[in-house]
Order: sequence, then structure tokens, then C-alpha cells
Amino acid sequence: MKVYIPILVLMVLAAGFAAFSVVAGTIMGPKRWNKAKLDAYECGIEPTPIPLGGGKVPVKYYLTAMLFIVFDIEIVFLYPWAVTFGNLGTFGLVEMVAFVITVLVAYAYVWRRGGLEWD
Amino acid sequence: MTRVLAVDPTLSDFNQLIWWMVLLKVVIVFMFLLLTTIFMIWFERRVIGRMQNRPGPNRAGPLGLLQPVADALKLPLKEDIVPTTVDKLVFFVAPILAAAPSFVSFAIIPWGPSASIFHHWTPLQVADLPVAVLLVLAMSSIGVYGIVLAGWASRGPYSILGALRSTAQVISYEIAMGLSFVAVFLDAGSLSTTAIVNAQAHYWYAWVLFPSFVIYLVTMVGETNRIPFDLPEGEGEIVAGHMTEYSSMKFAMFFLAEYINMTTVSALAATLFLGGWRPFPPLTLLGSWVFNPWVCVIWFLIKVFALLFCYVWLRGTLPRTRYDQLMALGWKILIPFSIIWLLLVATVRALRADNHSPAVYAVAGVVLVLFVLLITFWDNGYQKHLARIAPERPAEAEDEDEDEWDYDEDGELVKVEQPVPVPRFPVPPLDLPHYHGLELDSAAVTGSSVQGDPVGVTKEVSGA
Repeated sequence: MKVYIPILVLMVLAAGFAAFSVVAGTIMGPKRWNKAKLDAYECGIEPTPIPLGGGKVPVKYYLTAMLFIVFDIEIVFLYPWAVTFGNLGTFGLVEMVAFVITVLVAYAYVWRRGGLEWD
Repeated sequence: MTRVLAVDPTLSDFNQLIWWMVLLKVVIVFMFLLLTTIFMIWFERRVIGRMQNRPGPNRAGPLGLLQPVADALKLPLKEDIVPTTVDKLVFFVAPILAAAPSFVSFAIIPWGPSASIFHHWTPLQVADLPVAVLLVLAMSSIGVYGIVLAGWASRGPYSILGALRSTAQVISYEIAMGLSFVAVFLDAGSLSTTAIVNAQAHYWYAWVLFPSFVIYLVTMVGETNRIPFDLPEGEGEIVAGHMTEYSSMKFAMFFLAEYINMTTVSALAATLFLGGWRPFPPLTLLGSWVFNPWVCVIWFLIKVFALLFCYVWLRGTLPRTRYDQLMALGWKILIPFSIIWLLLVATVRALRADNHSPAVYAVAGVVLVLFVLLITFWDNGYQKHLARIAPERPAEAEDEDEDEWDYDEDGELVKVEQPVPVPRFPVPPLDLPHYHGLELDSAAVTGSSVQGDPVGVTKEVSGA
């Protein structure tokens, strides 16, 4: 775990810098409020009331998130396979092709059902 | 021929920690990223200025070099507006969450081989892990949280749309990006950046794994939300996306995160595909001094800034894509092509290692046929299927019809006026006489002001 210490130090430094900057900006700037400034920005028209949590969101985004999980897990399996590929040889290749084909069947199904269309 | 005079670092070199050395390296990386951001702001505006036949900022300091410094000083002195509707805590945390991880990714980028710093022999790299590249992917995923939470906490329509678009785009392109790395890991046999740079002693992966390199170049633009893939902050549509409600230093943090991410992905491209700090062929003929560890840092920086220039070049050249085009490119082109290419690389390696066993040939044949079929016919077939099940949709061919021509009563050839389709939604008047310069004189005489937009109100939106 010792090799992670420099990364941790960098993370602490970066987070400290970011937090300091944000707080400094709050303190240093002028404070001249008015109602229009404190509304959500909507190009000058009355702001749309949006409930906490974002209100209604197109379901396409949810679908994209679900597809991402499928493919991200594929990548998670691919990385260790790629690193040890030299030892696995032909067996590793055949196994991985079988796995990728099963993922691709799902991919083809999603494509055919319109999951990748954005309109 | 590439010779290696300096001692190539290995993973075990990173186990010896000297506290002042750790601090020194961390502070250098931190300052480098901040200074690169400041430099890039100036560089981008100057280069885009030259590309658009104008000088760019040239007033503050020599060549306008002090312009970004002035900008950086201005931002904290601006009012920090917090709209009343926002979720205060999340609104405060989101910019920090966006900026902090962007610094961390740079820790695993090697700057050069081992060098002597104050008589201590140490690799010019903050840290290296057996899973170094995973750290970059992890940190870019955490950066997305900053964007999502910023949009969610702002509770403005533009913010939420920008955050959703940004998330969908980044996670879509992250898949193709992750797949483009696999071919590199296959060849290098490791995820450690040190090992990957060492494996490129004789050839760059950008040449032998050229398709992976191209896919990575496309995805790295998508990952950093830059033109032509800057839909999340497309100022023509959604003002500034997730940053709409942010001002002062909170806005500066998102800006900083974007530029640091650009630097990091460029440095990663240099490390994984362009040989990292290794000098490139014409330079290797110049003698052994090009392998000096400190000179190697220069080769590394040249590669990084060449890629950063490409970012600016893209911004000066390309228009913004449409969102459906962006997602189609990510999901329908980059991902299947990455998978084909990666299986192809694996098959070739297995063939070389395995003395041409028939099983490998069979697998290769099956895979190739499958993917060629998929790419050639699948989307085409799907579009036909869509047209079949929805015949009431206007066929796309209608838009591309040639203009019809006919003879009018005087015997002259004129274009037949097509009836203008009535839109199903209210539209502003798209064609008025004064748009064509008609009636302007009479308007000026009567004193009415039908002049369209006031002239001269132009605003440069930097960083969009």
C-alpha cells in the first residue's frame, strides 16, 4: 500500500487547493444581491420550477447508464485477461471470444430494439 | 535504433519513499498542472485568434502573456452568486469534486527515466501502480460526479440537461476509451505506465496499434467535453450546461478541471501510444545526450503540447456535432470497431505464440465474418426496419428531391414553388423583408428601428 501514499498526498493537496479557492471566492467577492440574480438563470424568462431531484428526465439517459454497466463490466474482465494473455495462449483467446460473442448478442439485441437510437 | 542509457525504472523503484522527495514531486506536478492551465488559456486564445485572422489577446504583457493571469485574478474578485433554489451543500461540494480528481490522474504519468535528484536516484514520476491506468479511468469517473451533482444541485433546466448530457457522453466514450487501452495492455503485458513506456523502446504503439490510437484520440476529445463534442456546454442551446449557475471561483474550478483533464488525457496518449519520454527517431541520431533523463522530460513535454495544440486546432476547425450523431459515433462505430480490433490483435499474438494452431484460425475467421457482417449491414437493416414499422414517417428521400422546374406562361424556365410545410410547433418569423435589405430605407426615413439585432454586441465565451 506504500505506493499509494504519493497519490494520496496529491489528492489531499488538490482537494485542499480546490476547497480553499471556493471558500476564498465566497469571501473575496462583492455581495450585491437582487432577486433576478438569485433566480435560476433562464435567459431572462421566469425560471421553470424544478423539484429537488431534477424532476422528469428523459428515459434515454437511464438506458445509456444501464448499457454502460454492461460494457464496463466487459472491460473489467478484459483488463486482467489482456495482462495475462501471454500465459493463457490459445485457451485464453477462445474463452474470451466466447465471452465477447455473448456480450455482442446483447449488443445486437439492444441495437435492433432501438436502444442506441437517440430520437 | 533506440538505445537506453539511463536506467529504466521498474515498479519496485516506487517502493522506496523519501518524504521530501514525495512532497517535491507532488508539488511539481501540482504546479505544472496549474501553470499548464494558465498557459493553455493564453495559447488557445492566441492560436484561435490567428486561425480566425485576428491577433487574439495582445495587450496585457508581452504577446498578451499576462492575460490569463489577469483572468485568474479577476475570478475570485467577482461575486459568488448562489441562487436561492439550489441545494447549498451539494452546490458547494460539486466544483471541488470536479477539480480534485483531475489532478490525481497525473500522478501515474512518467516524465522521464530514473534521474538523480539531490544525489537520490529516483524515477521521474509521482507514483506507479500495477493498475496505474485504472486509476486514470477511476478518477475520470469520479470527475463525472462533480458534473452530475453540479447540475442536480443547481436545479435549473439548463444545468440538469447539461449534466445529463455530460454524463451520458462521458460514460459512452469511456467504454470505447477503455477498449482502446486493451490492445496496449495485450502487448505490454501490464497496466503499469512504467512498463508500458519500457515496452515501447523499439516502436511506438501509435504505429503498431494505429486503430487503437485513432479511437483513443476521438474518445479523449469526447471525455473532456471539448469541441466538436462539447454538447454538455453548448452555449447556443443550453447556455453553459452544468456550469450555468456557477460564478466566481466555483466556475473557475470547473474550468480548471476541464483544462487539467485535457492535459492528463494528452499525457496519457503520449505515454501509452507515443513512447512516453522516449526520444523519437530523428533525434536518436543526435548522440547519447538525447537520452539524458532531464532531456527526456523535454521530449515528453513536446508530445503533450503537440496533442494539446491538436485540441485547439479542433476547436478552431470543427463545428459542434448533433447529440444523436455524437452518441451514434460512440455506440455504433467506436465500440464495435474497438472490439474487432482488439480481438484481431489477440488473434495475431496467439498465432505468433502458438505455431498456427487450427483453433486460432477458426476463431479468427468466425470473429472477422461476424463483425464485418455486423458493421456492414446491421444499422442499415435497422433503419429499414424502422421505416417498415412506421410508414407514416416522412421518407428521408423527400428532403433531397431535386427542385422541380417548369415553364411559366412567358415560356421561361422557373422553379416550381413547393408548398411550405406547416410546422407543428410555434416558430419565430424566419423570413422578413428587412432580412434581405428591403424596406430599410423607408424604415430609416420614418424613424422606426427595424434594424434587427443591435450591432456590436458580441461576447467571447471562453472555455466553452
